[in-house]
Amino acid sequence: MAEEAAARRNLLVSVLSPFSAFVTALGAHIIMLASAFMWLFRRPFRLRLFLEQMEFIGVGSLPIVLLVGFFSGAVSSLQAIHALSIFGQERWVGVTVGVSLAEELAPVFAGLMIAARAGSGIATELGSMRITEQIDALNTFAVNPTQYLITPRLVAATIMVPILTMAFNIIGLAGAYLVSISVHQLDVGQVTGLFVYWVDPINYVKGTCKAAVFGLALALAACFQGFNVRGGAKEVGMATTRSVVTGSVCILVLDYFLIEVLNAIWPISGA
Amino acid sequence: MSAGIGDSSTPLDKRDERWQIRIRGINKTFGPQHVLRGIDLDIERGKTNIIIGGSGQGKSVFMKHLMGLLVPDSGQIYVDGQNIVGLSEVELGKLRRKFGMVFQYAALFDSMTVMENIAFPLLERYRLPTKAVEDRVWELLKRLSLEKVPGIAAKFPSELSGGQRKRVGLARALIDRPEILLYDEPTTGLDPIATKNVDDMIRQTADEYSVTSVVISHDMQSAFRIGDRVSMLYEGVMAVSGTPDEVRQSDHPVLREFLEMSGMGAKPGLQPVLQPVLQPVLDGAK
Repeated sequence: MAEEAAARRNLLVSVLSPFSAFVTALGAHIIMLASAFMWLFRRPFRLRLFLEQMEFIGVGSLPIVLLVGFFSGAVSSLQAIHALSIFGQERWVGVTVGVSLAEELAPVFAGLMIAARAGSGIATELGSMRITEQIDALNTFAVNPTQYLITPRLVAATIMVPILTMAFNIIGLAGAYLVSISVHQLDVGQVTGLFVYWVDPINYVKGTCKAAVFGLALALAACFQGFNVRGGAKEVGMATTRSVVTGSVCILVLDYFLIEVLNAIWPISGA
Repeated sequence: MSAGIGDSSTPLDKRDERWQIRIRGINKTFGPQHVLRGIDLDIERGKTNIIIGGSGQGKSVFMKHLMGLLVPDSGQIYVDGQNIVGLSEVELGKLRRKFGMVFQYAALFDSMTVMENIAFPLLERYRLPTKAVEDRVWELLKRLSLEKVPGIAAKFPSELSGGQRKRVGLARALIDRPEILLYDEPTTGLDPIATKNVDDMIRQTADEYSVTSVVISHDMQSAFRIGDRVSMLYEGVMAVSGTPDEVRQSDHPVLREFLEMSGMGAKPGLQPVLQPVLQPVLDGAK
């Protein structure tokens, strides 16, 4: 009887433990976010740290974002032309690519690229600082590590990911233009005319809002993993991997919920 | 009375002329591990206080409690009569200005040059003219015999040797003229000559700046060479504490094993029961 009860208890624990680990991790992330937000408004304000992080996350990620953006626009355009040609409606390619870039492709792909490049960099840097006691050293100088290390990275990512998303949009449209007008010889007046008429600034507002949330999420995942490393080089490597996985998964999961929220605020045109 | 408690009638919450830090009954657990088990210790003002003990005995954990980097599960730590347990982050920030800490591997900021590393505490705490800060950094580099290293100020930590890093770490700890200096295993990983140099540096620093030094070490030779007081942490408590001569006379079996294996005073007839445990530690310290 006792054995049966113990087995039942073990089963319950093994079923609940992933859930409890998830809730614990979520709570720890929220606490870090709240703490970083609180320290944002406390002296001293170190503008240099914010600018350095904006340079690292934003300027440093620009080449890869532009490269991915150009080919995303070009490939989307190619696929859209093939699909629309079934109905003889290729002229809608500008609208199709424009809206999908603005609302989905640009924020999601830019977010994923930055999670891979800057997120991994953040996790590695903070992890190395942790295992070499540099974070403890900050404490000994009465410098709060959250204020010095976490807050600037969260703010920088929240600002820079939307800006990179806009760059992604622009270069993506250039790629789409090249494929549809230069390669497939579509009518420039029809394609651009429909684009200008149907693609709404609200599409870009939605994409930018999503990008800001993605930036915050990927930076938080990276900071959390790096800041909480215990052990040595192996653990830093594992934290880096986790930061990219967590950041990417967060972007894709949040994407779904953000679409619902943003569409409730700004209903889809014609709906 | 516990081994680490000094003779004083001053209440704990009042500043004592002799004992600057007074630790009473601190306990610390990490999960199932009970690392510190009611430590009592008094740290003497202006002296070099050495804490010795084997690896994994909680020496570094103990040191981190002294400046509030870790909070004990129970017990009190009085610094100049102020109980630092339970202080807010802001209050701890003020308290930490009294302290400087030299880390085991220096913990220099990788992304900063030597000049920026040493100047960091001053730049964070005060608004000083750049020239004044640089002058202070150069003064410390000279005192620590680093000024002759070509281009030292512009070098990054990765370009320095182990001994140079320790000196830069000490310069950074000293720049804001702390009252208390904490050294976490300062001679680990150094060759015998570099170890001797670091020992001399600790001694000179204590004499020149009149700071209270707390040195965590498992190097018995160093401990008895530079220490004014020596205490041994064993199984989470201060097993032995006193002047080097008093400690040498102690009959504590583990201490005797430590001394014997360091070639510092074997007693005839002692069974080396702990040799298999302690020998790797002592080998590592050499």
